Amino acid sequence: MFAIYKRELKGYFISPIGYLFTANFLAISGLLFSICTLQRQSQSSVGDYFEYLIYAFAVLLPLLTMKSLSEERKTKSEQLLMTSPVSVGGMVMGKYLAALTVFAAVLLCNSLNFLLLETYGDPNVALLASNLICLFFIGALFLAIGIFFSSLTEDPLVSAITSMDVIFVMLAVSFLSDISVKWLAKVVDWISILARYEPFTYGILDITSIIYYVSIAALFLFLTVRVYERRRWA
Amino acid sequence: MIEFKNVYKNYGQNRALKGISFKAESGDILGFLGPNGAGKSTALNILTGYLSATSGEAYVDGVSIFENPVEAKKNIGFLPELPPLYPDMKVGEYLGFVYDLKGCKLPKKQHIKEICEVVQISDVYGRLIKNLSKGYKQRVGIAQALIGNPKVLVFDEPTVGLDPKQIIEIRNLVKELGKEHTIIFSSHILPEIQQICSRVVVINEGVIVADESIESLAEAVEGPRRLIAKICGPEAEVLKILRALPAIKSADAIGKVDSDSISYLIESDERIDARKPLFAALAAKGYPLIGLEGVEMSLEDVFVRLTSKRDQRRRGR
Repeated sequence: MFAIYKRELKGYFISPIGYLFTANFLAISGLLFSICTLQRQSQSSVGDYFEYLIYAFAVLLPLLTMKSLSEERKTKSEQLLMTSPVSVGGMVMGKYLAALTVFAAVLLCNSLNFLLLETYGDPNVALLASNLICLFFIGALFLAIGIFFSSLTEDPLVSAITSMDVIFVMLAVSFLSDISVKWLAKVVDWISILARYEPFTYGILDITSIIYYVSIAALFLFLTVRVYERRRWA
Repeated sequence: MIEFKNVYKNYGQNRALKGISFKAESGDILGFLGPNGAGKSTALNILTGYLSATSGEAYVDGVSIFENPVEAKKNIGFLPELPPLYPDMKVGEYLGFVYDLKGCKLPKKQHIKEICEVVQISDVYGRLIKNLSKGYKQRVGIAQALIGNPKVLVFDEPTVGLDPKQIIEIRNLVKELGKEHTIIFSSHILPEIQQICSRVVVINEGVIVADESIESLAEAVEGPRRLIAKICGPEAEVLKILRALPAIKSADAIGKVDSDSISYLIESDERIDARKPLFAALAAKGYPLIGLEGVEMSLEDVFVRLTSKRDQRRRGR
């Protein structure tokens, strides 16, 4: 698994994809940060910034995972991975952890923005930290969704667009949370990513939400493994 | 070393393998012969753990590929039909990656260097794979299969798409590797299998048609020698001369070459070379022979002969 992780991580920076992702992530995040905090001055809202950033993740993170498995399938290089003494789970985890590492590193770089707040204001550090931790886990979930859809197709573009659609649906359902139909409200609450994000906006490190994000990410990774197993038996 | 027991593989409604069984002993170079779509790649993909079988058993060095795939795969080096390369990596980096992937314990630099020397890719060690010729890419593919020094090497049509010089080089390399490894070599080219392999498994439409030593195969494929001769002269006269020759079993006109010459299909007995008497007879009558070529036996002919030979053996028991 470590060999696949290492190759994948290197692969992001052999091709332009890693650089483009980093540049776009930092540019979009910087812009949102500037609009939501610096330009609003006394009305500044870090909460808005974090929420907009989650929507930006929905577009950016599938770009990071779109080639992970689809490209291997297209070029048939997956035959090397599948016939080497590595389990399918190890292969999927190697790919996933590489994408997660790139994302985490860029998120960490992005946190340098908060030094500006520290210089010109008096931010609530606990609030920033809890939001950042939550963003990391939401990102980890989006990457798992991206990896899953990358295993379903040979076309990276199809993989990226499908992942974006599914993530948008999971974000958009939160708008239906006030619906009067009880059972539907319950379902919406269950799949809503944003509903579980709320405690973090108050600076609370909500472990149940983190467990939720990790569980859904694990579910998508498990489904990815099943896709490979199923194709083997098909 | 390798054992396939009654392996079936279905792709939906389509049955690609219909209960195939074969064995390869240590030191064998086993040829896997069959036309495109016969099930060769499916069988090899099952053997290497890329695909699962619908039913049956497969063992590599006594380890079941279905029950203990990770352990079984440690003993196999596989070159699929399309070499599994990463074009954006350099040759050295790629082999280093495969080394890590296989979890090798041998000294890394030395092992990779030795393999590069064996497959003669030391001169492209630092080059990007995407910039290599097809022949070199194939060699890099063979190099990755050799990493970890596996007991079994599986090559799926490794000479397809190569130029004649590269084909000869790859065949020689496989023969050389056969001295230290058990090899399964698939091909749809009969002379290639005859040249390289010690045993042959012939597969057609998902069924094993023959499992023979290469000598038995040669015996089976030896039959009437067939020639195509292009001869100037009136058809009736020429046929009369040809059919009168004792060396010739049959002769038929198969088409016009131009206004005054015709092609003939000539069959002679397997032990008789009809070319010299044919030339002499035509020269004596003043009909110029303007072309003469041997006709190689097609795979279909081989299948027919092998199956009829197998049936004869069964009846004899």
